[in-house]
Amino acid sequence: MTAKKSSEAARQYIDLYRHNSELIDRACDAPALNRRRKDALSVFESTPFPCKGDEGYEKTSVEEIFAPDYGINVARKNIPVDAARSFKCDVPNLSTLAAFVVNDAFVPSQGLAERLPQGVTFMSLAEGARRFPELVEEYYGRLATDSSAMVALNTLLLQDGVLIHIAKGTKVEKPLQLVNIFSAPVPLLAFRRLLVVVEEGAAVKLLVCDHTQDSGKAYCASQVAEIFVRRGARFEMCSIEESSALTSRMAQTYVSQEEGSVTNVNTTTLTCGTSRNEWRVSLNGSHCESRLTGMAIGSDEMHIDNDTSVNHNAPHCHSDQTFKYVLDGKSRGAFEGRILVTPEAPFTEAYQSTRNILASPDARMHCKPQLEIYNDEVKCSHGATTGQLDHEKIFYMRSRGIPEAEARTMLMQAFMIDIIESVSIPGLSDRLRHLVERRFDGTLGSCASCNSNC
Amino acid sequence: MKTSLLDVRNLHASIDGKEILKGVNLQINEGEVHAIMGPNGSGKSTLSGVLAGNPAYTVTEGSARLHGVELLDLPPETRSHEGLFLSFQYPVEIPGVSMVNFMRAAVNAKRKFLGEEPMKASEFLKLMRQKREIVELDANLASRSVNEGFSGGEKKRNEIFQMAVLEPRLAILDETDSGLDIDALRIVAGGVNKLKNERNATIVITHYQRLLDYIKPDFVHILYKGRIVRTGGPELALELEEKGYDWIKEEIDGTGKED
Repeated sequence: MTAKKSSEAARQYIDLYRHNSELIDRACDAPALNRRRKDALSVFESTPFPCKGDEGYEKTSVEEIFAPDYGINVARKNIPVDAARSFKCDVPNLSTLAAFVVNDAFVPSQGLAERLPQGVTFMSLAEGARRFPELVEEYYGRLATDSSAMVALNTLLLQDGVLIHIAKGTKVEKPLQLVNIFSAPVPLLAFRRLLVVVEEGAAVKLLVCDHTQDSGKAYCASQVAEIFVRRGARFEMCSIEESSALTSRMAQTYVSQEEGSVTNVNTTTLTCGTSRNEWRVSLNGSHCESRLTGMAIGSDEMHIDNDTSVNHNAPHCHSDQTFKYVLDGKSRGAFEGRILVTPEAPFTEAYQSTRNILASPDARMHCKPQLEIYNDEVKCSHGATTGQLDHEKIFYMRSRGIPEAEARTMLMQAFMIDIIESVSIPGLSDRLRHLVERRFDGTLGSCASCNSNC
Repeated sequence: MKTSLLDVRNLHASIDGKEILKGVNLQINEGEVHAIMGPNGSGKSTLSGVLAGNPAYTVTEGSARLHGVELLDLPPETRSHEGLFLSFQYPVEIPGVSMVNFMRAAVNAKRKFLGEEPMKASEFLKLMRQKREIVELDANLASRSVNEGFSGGEKKRNEIFQMAVLEPRLAILDETDSGLDIDALRIVAGGVNKLKNERNATIVITHYQRLLDYIKPDFVHILYKGRIVRTGGPELALELEEKGYDWIKEEIDGTGKED
């Protein structure tokens, strides 16, 4: 691969930073975050964006995602706080401790700080970096350190983010909910960052929802999440994307697990423009459990790409990955999944499965399952299938009077059921089932349930 | 004078270019039970599949009218709405679709066809409960996925349960007795008999006389090489039970051997 040093796409960000570095530092006002920009710049200058066809990016060009000339709210003016106030979540009847990220600004729900249980920190990352510099210093940028141009760009230009800290032994009953919303009258690129530390023996559930308020504007999200799950801790997350056709998302989530910790992470793409999601899970202590499930529903021209790697670096860990796609219209799906078992990880159990349905002759799915094992004491498997809806099932249903379109919808919904049921946040599984049903029957995002008047 | 319910004329159908039905004629009146028997490969299941609208088959000639409506022009779901029901020889498992959702979709689709409002939830659950009793199906049926993990007997009882809910004018039971022990057979046949009235009719497709001890046919037809070659009363089934199919083959082919 020839280094495409500072392509035009990258150049605009380098120039932007050079011209505004003081303004950015001042607006962010958090030394722990500002201090990292210099290194990020040198990585970004020497690392090109991956292009379609590059190893690991067979079907998705990151360069194209970042190529448009989006606006970036460098001076942090006119943050549309009202967007959060007027937003009505599509996952109602779920009592959560909610906060919003409007474009890139943290906006807590009414009285959030007072409602947070003892031991729970859920606040702006910049504010957290000012109030708890040592904590942020210790964790920020420690997982997302690889030579990725996208992480470097995020670190270079971000101005805020979200900090979640769960103190040792604190088991948080109510789920935390983070709603990412795009709301801007002009095309916009937002840098979003999430730092989660679940201390020893603590437990927390996190629901993340991505929305777009104005489907007529082009938006781009650069999202980097670093999640530390300490010894014996438990972390459950469900991330639901429901954005517009003009929205691109480049998301990278890093999870580090210590001994005896448990994670259950789900990613659901209901609607999007282009969505590239990278999941990097490292099992660094023995007896960890990691479950990673994903579901993607593509239609029209949507492009959904999930890339996982689960690294077993310690013995006696168990990991499970299951991803399912249903692709209709001219949508495109990609799944690249990797399991790595190092020599230090005997007695590993690691499984991966991806099953996909092409509901239209124009949809395409690309799968690349990979196992890399440097150890004899392992149980590993991977499987990938891509097919069509079963004609026998469709005929059986039609013979009972169920119209063909409805039969197909019911079968697609049924196909996703195990992923839906893998979500362990109480009440969310039912809501997710409802959302998926509406997605398939075409009533999702019909604005009936939203009062944002966009 | 009896009212005609099904009128099949000169029906030809093929699968993958091979002609299976070679001119079937069949007239069924309201209130009648017809048995269709025949050796393996004679076209029995093809006939039921073609009438129900299985897209795997291609109809090349002929007509099939249900109370005057040409079935062959209709998609399978509309045939069902018009009152046709096929009990499958091999009921299909549909993991992830619960029986209750499956039946609700079926019932409401038919109501929509008839210009009626969807059924109220309470009314629907009551209907399910009533019909379940006809074939002695378990109460936890509703939450289970369609046919998934059902025993052979449960699958067939589930077919008759669906028939009971949909109240067809014409039910085709395709090898409903296959894979059933004697108790399940009695329950299934009992269910079919309870659903019988003077307005509807039943076609029983079977290999053996056994099922006909429980579901008494008015007419017995022998299908062979894609045609109905003999029609008689219940005594014809007994004759087959006793003598096998060879004498029929001999009469038709003149050799006694299948070609």
